[in-house]
This record gives sequence, C-alpha cells and structure tokens, in this order.
Amino acid sequence: MRDARSARCALDGPFPPSRTLSLLRSALTTLLVGLWLSITANAQESQQPKAPIRALVGARIEPVVGDPIQNGVVLVENGLILAVGDASNTAIPEGAVVVDLSGKVLMPGLVCTHSHVGGPQGADSSHPIQPECRVLDSIDVRDAGIAKARAGGLTTVNVMSGSGHLLSGQTLYVKLRKGDTVDDLALRLPDGSYAGGIKMANGTNPQRNPPFPGTRAKSAALIRALFLKAKRYYDRKLAAENDESIEAPEIDLALEPLCDVLSGKRPVHHHTHRHDDILTVLRIADEFGYRVVLHHVSEAWKVADEIADADVACSVILLDSPGGKIEAKDLRMENATLLAERGVLTAFHTDDGITDSRYFLRMAAFGIRAGLSRQQALESLTIAGAEILELEDRIGSIEVGKDADFCVLSGDPFSIYTKVEQTWIDGTVVFDRSLPEDRLAAEGGLGASDGQAWYLCCAQKQEGGN
Amino acid sequence: MRGLRTTAFLALTTATLHPSVDAQIAVRAETLYTMAGDPISDGVVLVDAEGKITAVGPAATVDIPGGVRVLSAAVVTPGLIDSRSVVGLAGYLNQDGDSDQLDRSEPMQPELRALDAFDVREPLVDWIRSFGVTTVQTGHAPGALIPGQMMVVKTTGNTVEDAALIENSGIAVTLGDGANAPSGAPGTRAKATAMLRSLLLEAKRRLEKAADDEADLAPNLRLDAMVEVLRGERPLIVHAQRSRDLLTALRLREEFGFRLVLDGAAEAHLCLEEIAAARVPVIVHPPMARHRGQLENATFELASILDQREIPVAFQSGYEPYVPKTRVVLFEAGMAAAHGLGFDRTLEALTIDAARMLGLDERIGSLEVGKDGDFACYDGDPFEYTSHCTATVIEGVVVFEGSR
Repeated sequence: MRDARSARCALDGPFPPSRTLSLLRSALTTLLVGLWLSITANAQESQQPKAPIRALVGARIEPVVGDPIQNGVVLVENGLILAVGDASNTAIPEGAVVVDLSGKVLMPGLVCTHSHVGGPQGADSSHPIQPECRVLDSIDVRDAGIAKARAGGLTTVNVMSGSGHLLSGQTLYVKLRKGDTVDDLALRLPDGSYAGGIKMANGTNPQRNPPFPGTRAKSAALIRALFLKAKRYYDRKLAAENDESIEAPEIDLALEPLCDVLSGKRPVHHHTHRHDDILTVLRIADEFGYRVVLHHVSEAWKVADEIADADVACSVILLDSPGGKIEAKDLRMENATLLAERGVLTAFHTDDGITDSRYFLRMAAFGIRAGLSRQQALESLTIAGAEILELEDRIGSIEVGKDADFCVLSGDPFSIYTKVEQTWIDGTVVFDRSLPEDRLAAEGGLGASDGQAWYLCCAQKQEGGN
Repeated sequence: MRGLRTTAFLALTTATLHPSVDAQIAVRAETLYTMAGDPISDGVVLVDAEGKITAVGPAATVDIPGGVRVLSAAVVTPGLIDSRSVVGLAGYLNQDGDSDQLDRSEPMQPELRALDAFDVREPLVDWIRSFGVTTVQTGHAPGALIPGQMMVVKTTGNTVEDAALIENSGIAVTLGDGANAPSGAPGTRAKATAMLRSLLLEAKRRLEKAADDEADLAPNLRLDAMVEVLRGERPLIVHAQRSRDLLTALRLREEFGFRLVLDGAAEAHLCLEEIAAARVPVIVHPPMARHRGQLENATFELASILDQREIPVAFQSGYEPYVPKTRVVLFEAGMAAAHGLGFDRTLEALTIDAARMLGLDERIGSLEVGKDGDFACYDGDPFEYTSHCTATVIEGVVVFEGSR
C-alpha cells in the first residue's frame, strides 16, 4: 500500500486540469477573459451556473492508494475529486447529481506508459538519432485506436515513436479526452512545455545499414558520443546564463531536448529486451546521470537484482508466448513479479498495437497469474504508471484533489468476464458502453477500425498471412 | 500412437470387461467436464496402460485401484483442441532456420506435407501444451493461394509419426490479400480465384480419367492432392477474412462440391445468411488477432454471432508473423466466452465440437470409456485470466505439471 503523496508538481499550473492550453495561451486568455469579465461580470454569473457536484454512489471502490471501500461515494466537482469515502460517513451535498453505480467497481483510470495509439510518428530513416522529432506533430486525435483505448478504461497514455532508432524523438503524455486538437489532449509541465520523455532503443531494432549502427558496441558508442556533445552544449548554456560575458550557443533543436534529459526535467523511455542490453542502458544512464525508465525488459528476470540496485523504474509487457523475435525468446510472465518483489517501481504497458488497449486489465491479471499480488497488479495499471510519468500528484489513484479519471467496471478488475462500462476523464464520461458507437469501439464490428493507424515496429519484415 | 489408432475400436469394446485392471493413472476433479453429459462433482476418470479411458463417474462409483497415481485438480476438462495453428512448422525464434510454415516460390503447392516440416521439439509446442492443449491441427500458414497441407498432431512424441493423428487433414487455401504472390501472379482476387478453379478443373478431369483407366496415369503429387479433396477424403481449409472472400469460398464449393472449412472469417458477420445456408463449419480467427488490415471489421463477438445461427464453431491460435509468436487457444476461446458465447458453449467448441470438425470425435474431445485419456487440469475456471493450468495429460501420460 502506498502513502498518499503530497502535491509536488501541479501540472497545468493553477488552471483546472481540463484546461490544456499552453501557459502562454492561458495567460492571454486570462487577460482577455479578465477584461471581458470586468464588463459583464453580473451577466456571466447568471448565464453559466457552476456545474453541479456529482456523487458517484454504490460502487465498490478500488482507490489503489488506500483500502478498498465496499459501498463507496466519490464526489466530483470541476473535474476533480472532492471527496471519497464510505457511504455511511460521506455526506452527499444538496443539489448534487447522483450517479448510481450499484454493483459496479470503480477504480482510477488506467495509465499506459508506452503506447502507439493515434498514429504517432517520430524519426525518419535518414539517421538513427533524431531528438528533434516530436510525436506531438503527428498524433491524430480522431484515430479509432484512441476510442478503443478509452473503451479499455485508459485515461492517460505516454504516446511514443518507435524503437527502430537509437533515439526516435520526443514522446507526449496525453489524456484521452474527446478533443479536437492534440493540444486538447496534451499534458503540460508547470513551465507550459509539453509533458513527455525521450524515446530511445537498443538491441536489434535500431540495428540496420549505415548510418544506423550494425552492432551493439556501435549503438552504445553513438549514444555516448551524443550525450558528450549534449553535455558540452548544456554546460555552455548554463555558463552563459550565469555569466553575461559567455556567449550562449545557437539554439540546436536536436540538443535542446537532451538538455531536459540532463537536467532531470524529462526521462528517457528506453526500449530494451536482452539482459546485457538492459545493463548497457543502465551503464550509459549512470555515466551521464540521467533518469531512465526501462521498457519491455523481456529478460528482466535474469538481471532483476541489478535493475533493483540501479533504482530505475520498469515498464513491462507480458505476451501470450515467448519468441517472435530473438530478443523475446526468453520473455517470462514472471518479469513484473520479480521486479515488484525487489521494490522496483513497475508498471505495465500495452505497446498498442502490440497488444490492444481494450484488454489492458488482462495484462495485470496475467501478472497475478505469475505471482504478482493483487495490490501490485492494481498499482501497475495506475499509480505506478503515474509515478513513472511523474504525474502521481494528479492521477493514478482515487484521492481527494486528484483528477476525476475513473473506469467503471461490471465486476472484478481481473476477471475475463468483466467489462469496462464507463471511462471518465476530468469528471467527464468519455466512454459509455451503453451507447452504440462506444459499444462498437469496445467489441469491434463493421467500421470499428475506420481511420486507425497501426504501428508494429520492426514486424514488417515478418509480415505475411492474413 | 499409430498402433493405438488401429486398436482404438478394440479398446473400446474390451475396456468394460476389465475395468481399471491395468490402470495407469486416475484423474480426480472437484468439477469434471466430460463433455458427454452434465459436469460431475468430485468426478474420477481412470486411464489404462494403453492410454484409454476405462471408467468415468462420481468418485463414489469409481474404484481407484491401489498404487495408481491420482492426479487431482479443481477443474478437469478433456484435452483442448487447437483447430488451426502453425506451431511446429513456425518456430519461436522467427528466423529463417525455424520458419517452415510458408514457401512462396509457387502460388499453389497442395503437395507440401506438414508431415515433412513439423518439429515435435519446437518450444511453442511445449508452450501450448502447458496450457492444456493436447491436440493441434497445424500446418502451412496463410500467405500463398495454396500454401500446403495441414495435419493433426498430439502435442507429444519423439517423432512426427508419434505425434500424428492425421497426416494430411486438409489442404490450406488463402483467399484475399494473402493469396497474392511475390511473382505478381496471382495479384488480384479474380486472378487467384481463376487459378484455383483451373487447378480444381484439372483435378476433376484427372478424377474422371482415373475412373476409366487408372493405370495410365503417371503420379502427380500436386493434382493427386486436389483429387483427394474432390473425392471428399479431406477438406479445403480456406483462410478468408473479408466477406467477399468468404463468399468466393462458398461459390467454389458450390461449383466443385468439395468439403469446405472456413478459417478466420473475420467478416462472417457480414455474410451470415450465406454461411448459415451452406452449413459450413468455421474455425474463427483468434479474437485477439489484431483488428487491422483484413481484420479491421473483426469483432470479439464473432463466435457468439455464428453460434446463434447454429454454424459450427471451433477455435484456433492462428498464425502470427511477430510477437506473440503463437497465441494460445485457451486464451482466445476465453475471450469468446466472455464476449457472448458463454462458458459451456466455449468449452464444447474447444473440445468435442472441434473433435467432430476434425472427424476425431470417436477418439478425442470428451471423457468417455474407450476414448483417449487426454486431460487438461486447472485450479479454477480455465478461462479466467488468473487461473492456472496445473497439469496436462496425454493418453494417460503426464506431459506437463506445474502452475502456468
């Protein structure tokens, strides 16, 4: 069981979390709205009554942080959790809209630390290292894969570019709101910049013909050379900030995001499978002192102690069988179990389209099948992912003050017979299985995948069949 | 196992005369799903030294001989049947050296035997066995118009001959995008169908000729494989996902009169009436196969939709070109169970219905006296994510034991 965490970095600053405008845009809006408000303050009051508090009642609540509540109440106001507690001691305010969830299970919206929904693109084939590429510039918020992810109960996702490069670009943390633009979905850091990390990979996926590396040693050498260069650039930037006599380097789009890595502002999300590749990632991260999250870690069971000693987080995938590529030949269902047992911060990811977001719950259930505790399984879908994305003050559990992101389940989260009935983001229902179009997204059928982009890195050479 | 095949009927008739005299193993379940009548609470099955079932019933009525090993589990079912796979031809490393599921040098090669390619020691065979799968129809992968033959094996044995139940269980055909060849022919659906019809016409002529004067015909591996299909000795197992391709398969069946089994059928819900009218069985695509490309209109509810129209349904692990290298039919069937088909019908489709579809229901698919002692043991509902397979037994021999 985790302790409730104190607020540390409130994203989107002082604004309600449903607001995803940049700080700049927000500031401008505030200025204009302020001006307008001063003129029409009284009219405004009567035209836009404050949204009523909603009371979600009757469900068994799995808050993830804190004990389960058999007959719970959650109060939601302005997209945030106002109160959570047992029906016997949680008063429902007068005028609150009651949402009856009797017989259901209410848990935090699921957090996926590694996904390719929305047709993200990063680097092209011209070079193995392209930190200047942002998935932000490629995501289609109307992609059917996003609707399917909502149908799986997902609310927050780290959308990443592929693993066919040593460094394929900048990832983006999004909430799967029903927005018109990527900005409606994007999460932001307190300084207004887009929240996300850097996607890197080692092992066989990025190994190709020059200028791509042909060996593991070459891969490591290219990355070390990159960070040596980035460090020089970053040091010069810092020096120039502190000393007016020093000239700041010319802005370098590729090196700027790496400064964020070196400063600790952003993590590296690192695709890695084989035990020795995992250790190479740790060695280089240690050399340059940056924060890294290990992704996939098919052979984590071979180096679980070393991973624990390095105090890094892992984002794990479980697959229905080992193999399919050499590096996944020793993949084990017990990976998450062994990591969690050693105190490693461990979350699961869909790697959508490798696995389908609609049955993300299944992966944690398979973790239980391989020895993970029920509590660890719940955390690995929610708060652990939130911590990996450094969003744990805002999402990942049902606690007062956090975003009202939920999934409503028909039964036990880890039963195959359970259905996701609703998904809530910021207090808004974004998936409702009782609606025909949402049911289509959940079950499939004619048109369910219209406009869905697919990403299956490095599977192309083995395609065939179907 | 080949020897056992010929003595199966004998075993059936003699079993009741000497119940459990030479019992090899007893399997005891809190809930025993025999698939021949209602589930039995605290049920016991006895298997003799030949691997055949000699007694089935409530524990109170079955005398377990002293000294016989008793395997206990919460739930015991007949060994599961995976009705369409490529395991053993496709290896888990997915490299040139272990990928024998598809040769694309020619578009139509019905003479390619799965028998000559199946690797009994392939780790993927062990893998599916550890989830309770005891019988697999495996063979050539979709990806050529006629990629080759299928076979039915048990997931055990030292040689392919040990494992084989049916050495040639059907000729695989691919319709749709997967039929297109690297050479460019076929390159369209119309061309693929024309080529297939030409081959079937040629086989038909050969069949007619053979009736006149068989001695005159020089052996022709390719045509003879198709002649056997026209004789009804085995089906064409047609992999098709799009509704137009499913309808093409029905049209060809109408023209040539062969036995047809549909494989995949992602858009069967869009041509349900036609499939129901033709009464052909469907080995539904794995529900968790990616809903992309030709499966873009796939639904998790397909098995349920077909079952409601009384179309015979079986499950498959299918073919995967990447990760996971094989799906597990237990998991795929579970998905169907949760999406409308329900527990009972799903278990039937995984066992006795699949055995019927393969023509092996005299021997496998249910736990009855005289049948093979093939079991899957679980510590709970087999379809639940958090249950484990605790043992797999093939013909009385424990081939997997643990908790997976």
